[in-house]
Amino acid sequence: MRNSEGSTRRQFLGIAGSAAAIGTIPVVSLRPVAATPETMTAAIRNVIGSAVVRTGKVKLDVPPLVENGNTVPMTVTVSSPNTPEDHVKSIHVFNEKNPQPNIGNFYLGPRAGRGQISTRIRLADSQKITAIARLSDDSLWSVTADVVVTLAACTEEVI
Amino acid sequence: MKPFGTICFAVVLIAASDHFPKFVLYRSTHFHELRKVMGTSKYIDSSAAFLFEVPGSNSPLVVQELQIGGTGIAAATEIPPNERRSGYTFMTPDTQAIQDDDTANPGMLWVLDGESLWKNKAGAANKSCADCHNDASTTMKGVAARYPALDKTLGRPVNLEQRVNLCRARHQEASPLAYESRDLLALTAFVAKQSRGMAITPDDTAELQPFIAKGRDFFMKRQGQLNLGCTNCHDDNWDKHLAGSAVTQALPIGYPIYRLEWQSMGSLQRRLRNCITGIRARNYDYGAPELVELELYLMSRASGMPIETPAVRP
Amino acid sequence: MTSALINVPKKAKRGDVIEIKTLMSHIMETGYRHTAAGQIIPRDIITSFTCRYNGEEIFRADLFPAIAANPFITFFTVATESGKFDFEWIGDNGFSETASATISVE
Repeated sequence: MRNSEGSTRRQFLGIAGSAAAIGTIPVVSLRPVAATPETMTAAIRNVIGSAVVRTGKVKLDVPPLVENGNTVPMTVTVSSPNTPEDHVKSIHVFNEKNPQPNIGNFYLGPRAGRGQISTRIRLADSQKITAIARLSDDSLWSVTADVVVTLAACTEEVI
Repeated sequence: MKPFGTICFAVVLIAASDHFPKFVLYRSTHFHELRKVMGTSKYIDSSAAFLFEVPGSNSPLVVQELQIGGTGIAAATEIPPNERRSGYTFMTPDTQAIQDDDTANPGMLWVLDGESLWKNKAGAANKSCADCHNDASTTMKGVAARYPALDKTLGRPVNLEQRVNLCRARHQEASPLAYESRDLLALTAFVAKQSRGMAITPDDTAELQPFIAKGRDFFMKRQGQLNLGCTNCHDDNWDKHLAGSAVTQALPIGYPIYRLEWQSMGSLQRRLRNCITGIRARNYDYGAPELVELELYLMSRASGMPIETPAVRP
Repeated sequence: MTSALINVPKKAKRGDVIEIKTLMSHIMETGYRHTAAGQIIPRDIITSFTCRYNGEEIFRADLFPAIAANPFITFFTVATESGKFDFEWIGDNGFSETASATISVE
């Protein structure tokens, strides 16, 4: 592939992509302020303070290429004995490029039995998602996943 | 004559030609312009058409014909029955999983609403659907599988939404439910779900044949600023993608669907109106005879395939 | 009108880990969309979801606009005794919905 044409095409796709996005919702005049990797970091600090976060123990199941950014199935699983003494307290999920960095906070506890939650999320663009789990000993574990989001091909008129 | 811009997008599939670089640069500055095609020496410059993948370098004539408008005779033939595939088969496993699980399928929220509405008394006659039709799981079995159907009084086909409203007017003395309203979607989803798994069996009365023919003509004819007929994508290119979306075969076997793009339930007519907007053609109002005829043709295209309502689609 | 779809096993053995699936009807308007005239469509989302098992909270979630419309949430709990699950959704503009399901545990 020739890189010069590739970047031109990518620019074009970027414009066409935002044109398509503009059409799919009741006409956007401005692009909303998007989160950035920095705001995601700040949001993470807000929730978990300045404690150390290690990678491991958490698994993030999200399709690497989503069918539609409006509804992306996501499952977070934390490996844990799930006993009253050693369990998952909470799971926090963040993203990089949506207008807001938070996705959800899920509070489990000693009665959970399994440290796993599923939901469906919205992703505005191809980006990284980070899930952080707090265990009963207040240790923090995280995982990050890359998701590619494509836009719908044809725009829709407001019905 | 070299085929045009559609090839440049599918550069991963085809070896780039020496015309390629000039062409791409031109496109990026003119993407917003739509030019009507006048002859074989010009090309259409339009974002939607531009995003087509090309069938292959061994079929440039098909591409030309697709883009240019050809000689007016659609090269398309309908998909052979044994090659038909539900839109379900084009989805990723994650999206399929949403449809498969009745406890996770958002369309079921409308089906359950429909189940309560079925028992609601309505109109001046103060009757509910259940008062005449009793248990829908028995009486409504197979109904959606043969709709749109002929309404003898009107002498023309009506779809399920219109049938509900006709019942409301004639038997409940109630005002019609608005198209795409939550109640109408709920009732049609509930009724159609009673046919889930059953083979689509279009009504084969002779009176319906001219309407099916009109629907087929609409499907085949080129129209709009992009000069595209439904058949150009859905018969000729269903195995390809338009940008990130699979094209599929236009077999509406799961309507009303929960469409991820809408984040809501919607009828087949809503989807058809989207497509018509997509090809930049003159659109039709909900309930227009042209749309019902097209629905009728599409269901006859899907004859024998099992109903999937409430389907989930991207 | 049905607003919620709950899936809880009707029966379980004491100590079993059971999955609870919930689906709630809600537009989850993000607050980032504009009308054709350029005005922001105000945010209207569910902000909190709670599940109580015989009165004791076993699961809670904070939801943000990034949660898709018609929120689907699944989680697990240990079946300890027969009784009732109470679910509550609270959101913007005074949104408040509840649902419940029973379970028999032997």
